[in-house]
Amino acid sequence: MSGTAGASTPSVALVVVSHSRTLADGVVELAAQMAPGVRLLPAAGAPDGGLGTSFDLVAQALVAGTRDGGHVVVLTDLGSAVLTAESALELAADDVVARVRLVDAPLVEGAVAAAVAAAGGADLEAVARAAAEARGPASGGAGPDAGPDVGPVAGAEDGPDTASAGTAAASVTTPGPDATPAPAAPTDEPLDAQVTVRNELGLHARPAAQLARAMAAFDAQVLVDGANAASVIALMKLGAVGGQTLTVQARGRQAREALDAFTTAVESGFGEV
Amino acid sequence: MSLDAQWAVAWTRAAAAAVAEHRAELVELDRQIGDGDHGENLHRGFTAVVQRLDALPEAPAQVGEVLKLVATTLMSTVGGAAGPLYGTAYLRAAKVTAAEVLDSAGVVALLEAALEGIVVRGKAGVGEKTMVDAWTPAVEAAVTAADAGAEPAAVLRAAADAAEEGARSTIPLVATKGRASYLGERSAGHLDPGSASTALILRAAAGAAS
Repeated sequence: MSGTAGASTPSVALVVVSHSRTLADGVVELAAQMAPGVRLLPAAGAPDGGLGTSFDLVAQALVAGTRDGGHVVVLTDLGSAVLTAESALELAADDVVARVRLVDAPLVEGAVAAAVAAAGGADLEAVARAAAEARGPASGGAGPDAGPDVGPVAGAEDGPDTASAGTAAASVTTPGPDATPAPAAPTDEPLDAQVTVRNELGLHARPAAQLARAMAAFDAQVLVDGANAASVIALMKLGAVGGQTLTVQARGRQAREALDAFTTAVESGFGEV
Repeated sequence: MSLDAQWAVAWTRAAAAAVAEHRAELVELDRQIGDGDHGENLHRGFTAVVQRLDALPEAPAQVGEVLKLVATTLMSTVGGAAGPLYGTAYLRAAKVTAAEVLDSAGVVALLEAALEGIVVRGKAGVGEKTMVDAWTPAVEAAVTAADAGAEPAAVLRAAADAAEEGARSTIPLVATKGRASYLGERSAGHLDPGSASTALILRAAAGAAS
C-alpha cells in the first residue's frame, strides 16, 4: 500500500505464460519497448522445451517476481496456460499468492497495457485492471458520458469478469492514501479541459504509452472522451488523429496535476511536430 | 489386498503401464480432435512418477503420500491441460487420504476429491466432452456401491466400469470445453482422450486392488 503516486521504481512484474517460447519472447519484446524498466518474465514452453506449458517454469517465475516484496501480474495464452498458472498458485506459498494476480486478458494487448501501467508506478490492482480492461468492452467511447464506467472497478478480487461488467463500476478513488483530501479541489468534482491533438498521427502506440504511463503515476482518474487515460489500449482505440479535439476529465486527489500533465503532453505533439 | 500405501504404489505403476501400452491410441484420439500430445504427455509424466517411486528411500506409509508424489510429478512433467488437471485431482485426493488403509468410504472420498479438483481447475461440467464425463459417473457408481455395502475393491471396480462407459458416452458429444471445442461440430464422433485416460487410470486402481 505505498500508493500509486510518485513511485519511482515499478514494483509490479509481469509473468507471461505461453505455450511457445517464441510467442512469450515476442510479447515481452513488444511490452518492453513501450514500458522500459518493467520486469517481464516469460514462462513458456513445455517441460521438454516443445510447445506446452510448464508448472515448474511458472512456479519459478512467480517466486522470482515476488522476491524482495515485489508483486506479479500473470498473463496467459491458451486454456491450459491458465490451468498451469492456477495450479502453480494453488501450490505456492501464501505470501507469494497474496502478491500475485492472474488476469483474464488478451495476451498481447493485456501485456502492453499492464506493462505501461506498471512503468507508470501503478500498484498491483491497478496493473491487473489495466490488463483486464485491455479487452475493451467498457470503453468504446460511445454514448454521452460513458465515462464513469471506465473508472477503477471496485474490489480487490482478481475477478476475471470485472472489466466486462461495465455497469458495476462506480468511480472509486484509490483506497489507502486518501485520508487527507487535497485542500484545493473536492475530490468528487471533476475537472475538465479540452485539448487539440497536434501531431498528425495522433495517439498511436508510442504517444499513447507515454500518456498512459504518465497518468498511472497520479492519484487521479482521468478520462479522455470517456476512455481511461491510464490505459494505453483505451487511448489507442480512440483513434485520435491530428486536429482532433479531446475532452479530458479528471477527478481525484491529483486531478489538477494529471489534467495539466495530459494537456501539456498532447500540446507538445510528442516530438512529432 | 487392503487399500494401503502399497496398493497406491501398485495402482500408480499399473496406471503408468496402462498409459505406456495405450500411448499410441491416446495420441491418435487426441490427434483427431486436439493437439495430439495427450498420449506422449501422460506417458512422460507417469514415467517420471515411476522413477520417483523407485528412488524413494523407504516405502510410503500413507496412501496420501503416494498420491501427493503423483500430483507434484504430473504437474511438473506433463505439458498441456492434462498436467494441471490430473495434478490437481491427485493433489485433492491426497488431502483426503492421509490414512494407512482406505475403507469403502475412503475410496469414495478419494474419487470425490479428485473429481472436485478437476472441476475446479477445468471448469467443465458433464456433457462437454471432457474427462469430467468419465469421472462423474465413476464417482456416482462408487457412491452407490459403497452405500450398498460393497468392499473397497468392488467400489473401485464399479467406478472403473462407469468410467469406461462414461468415456464411450463422449463419442457423439460436441466439445464445448478444452482444445477440441475449437472444432465445434467436427468434434462429434470421436472419443475424448481425457476421458479415455481416466478410464485407464481407474481400471488400474481396481486392478491393483484385486
